[in-house]
Amino acid sequence: MTTKDVGTIKNNSKYQELVSKRKRFAWILTIIILVVYFAFILLIAFSPEILGARVSENSMMTYGIPVGIAIIVFAFILTGIYVQRANGEFDRLLVELKEEIGE
Amino acid sequence: MKKLLIWLILFNITLLFASGTIGEGTKSETLNMPAIVMFILFVVATLGITYWASKRTNTAKDFYTAGGGISGTQNGMAIAGDYMSAASFLGITGMVYLKGYDGLIFSIGFLVGWPIILFMISEQLRNLGKYTFSDVTSYRLRQKPVRILSALGSIAVVILYLIAQMVGAGKLIEILFGLDYEIAVVIVGALMVAYVAFGGMLATTWVQIIKAILLLSGTTFMSIMVMSHFDFSFDTLFTAATKVHPNGEAIMIPGGLVSDPISAISLGIALMFGTAGLPHILMRFFTVADAKEARKSVFVATGLIGYFYILTFIMGFGAIVLVLGAEGNIYWDETAGTLKGMNNMAAVWLAHVVGGDYFLGFISAVAFATILAVVSGLTLAGASAISHDLYANVLEEGVCDEAKEMRVSKMATIAIGVAAIFFGIAFEEQNIAFVVALAFTIAASANFPVLFASIFWKGLTTRGAVIGGYMGLISALVLVILGPVVWTQILGFGEPLVPYKFPAVFSVPLAFIAIWFFSITDKSDDAQICKDAFDAQDIRAQTGIGAEGASEH
Repeated sequence: MTTKDVGTIKNNSKYQELVSKRKRFAWILTIIILVVYFAFILLIAFSPEILGARVSENSMMTYGIPVGIAIIVFAFILTGIYVQRANGEFDRLLVELKEEIGE
Repeated sequence: MKKLLIWLILFNITLLFASGTIGEGTKSETLNMPAIVMFILFVVATLGITYWASKRTNTAKDFYTAGGGISGTQNGMAIAGDYMSAASFLGITGMVYLKGYDGLIFSIGFLVGWPIILFMISEQLRNLGKYTFSDVTSYRLRQKPVRILSALGSIAVVILYLIAQMVGAGKLIEILFGLDYEIAVVIVGALMVAYVAFGGMLATTWVQIIKAILLLSGTTFMSIMVMSHFDFSFDTLFTAATKVHPNGEAIMIPGGLVSDPISAISLGIALMFGTAGLPHILMRFFTVADAKEARKSVFVATGLIGYFYILTFIMGFGAIVLVLGAEGNIYWDETAGTLKGMNNMAAVWLAHVVGGDYFLGFISAVAFATILAVVSGLTLAGASAISHDLYANVLEEGVCDEAKEMRVSKMATIAIGVAAIFFGIAFEEQNIAFVVALAFTIAASANFPVLFASIFWKGLTTRGAVIGGYMGLISALVLVILGPVVWTQILGFGEPLVPYKFPAVFSVPLAFIAIWFFSITDKSDDAQICKDAFDAQDIRAQTGIGAEGASEH
């Protein structure tokens, strides 16, 4: 890639759209998973009794169990959401970009 | 080469049978014939695959990345096979069995690193790299110092991880198969060298895929059997468990495992970012054709690994009721005060409860296969760091013919195999828990920050990367040595100088700050070159234009 090519691609509106949209999306999802995970960890560290509370009087099940399982499922769903959008919208933008610059 | 492979197959089978017959004389009580038969089937099948793969492994690209032609779904299964180690299967089930809810905390930590890898690293890694993650860190920086840093980081993580796996494997096989510890370690070492040296990434990938399928079907069956005992009601399972377990209802709530906030956050950082710095995991992203397949791999892997962790939770609780509460205490070792063969055997004894001798044999063979799949991936990553980074790109400065690089990679594979056998035997009596913690901490403190900065930060310079990377590496090492596990438990020097088991909360930020500080104060010509090269790198990372493709076959 020559310096001129770099300039052309960098100033291409499709490229800028792709990069800014994907970066934004990736950061939002990253922050969501970080917040969820560290909220869980801090809850365990500072007030374990919240997760240790029973779901109902006559059940052994505590809130911690559905919450823990939910985090695992949630992490998987987040990866699905990302892959869905990346394989659709982002890859379409990428194909259009490549056509424009003749790759 | 081919003759040597056939010879190795014969050697392994003979070794197994030999130890089997000797075993019958000396420890007939512990010898487990169904397990040995199943295991031999697995070994014959995987060596057959290795033979098939060896015919398709001709170039360096074939060897390191299976020609880049693995599909996203296959790679996802292989990643899961690589990541679901014996430590997860036996260790986490054992931890749930012992502590209840706390086992789940570890599972979650091991899983949440995966979304981060997907959102932040996987595509860029695929687009920029060729064989190793050092290709990415050294993309626009000065090759030599950065490659040496990343190769050392890789080798350190690989060796530490290998030690943990080898010691675990030896112990496990000693109990399950009635083989001697040394023989077990030698068998594991010989097999992993055979897979990697002859079959390269293609054989390694298929060993990991097969193992993932075996492990997931075995654990699914066990979980269904457990739940059928309790009419498929979690409430009944948990109630029964609290009645049997000596800690009673305490197993349902978060306990003392992560007591203080600093340790909790530190553990979280090590697990989360450590995964994104493991060389054998990062390497798997070069085996797929493009960024799209790389994304798919993470999606599949996260699903399988998450599902597996949920099963370990069910199995752990099932083991409390069915193994600990078994009639006549048949799985209990009175003198040791634990389950027979320690608490990590909870999953194995549970297999016996729900499926009898043959299923116990199957699960034992799966546990052995699990170890083989993980050590093969590690060995390949270590050999690549030596042959591709240190030899081809540092010593020969990037100009060396492929045949020569391949020869070095095979020699490196054998050297790592020998080292692993040696360490496995030398560390037999050592506490290996700290070794895994150290591997994750180094991966999070030395490999991850440099990789992350090289992809995302234009201002990164060679000096910043090298100083920051080494500071992460050294601080992680020193803090672990001065911490409670090494200083107090292993060296016996009394009160630890650093009260934290996981120092990642200090070493990771330290690495990032050093990378930042020594980059922005770097006014050399080299620094300018590094910064100027960022735009071209970023375009390739974002679009894949100019990236390595799959080879044609």
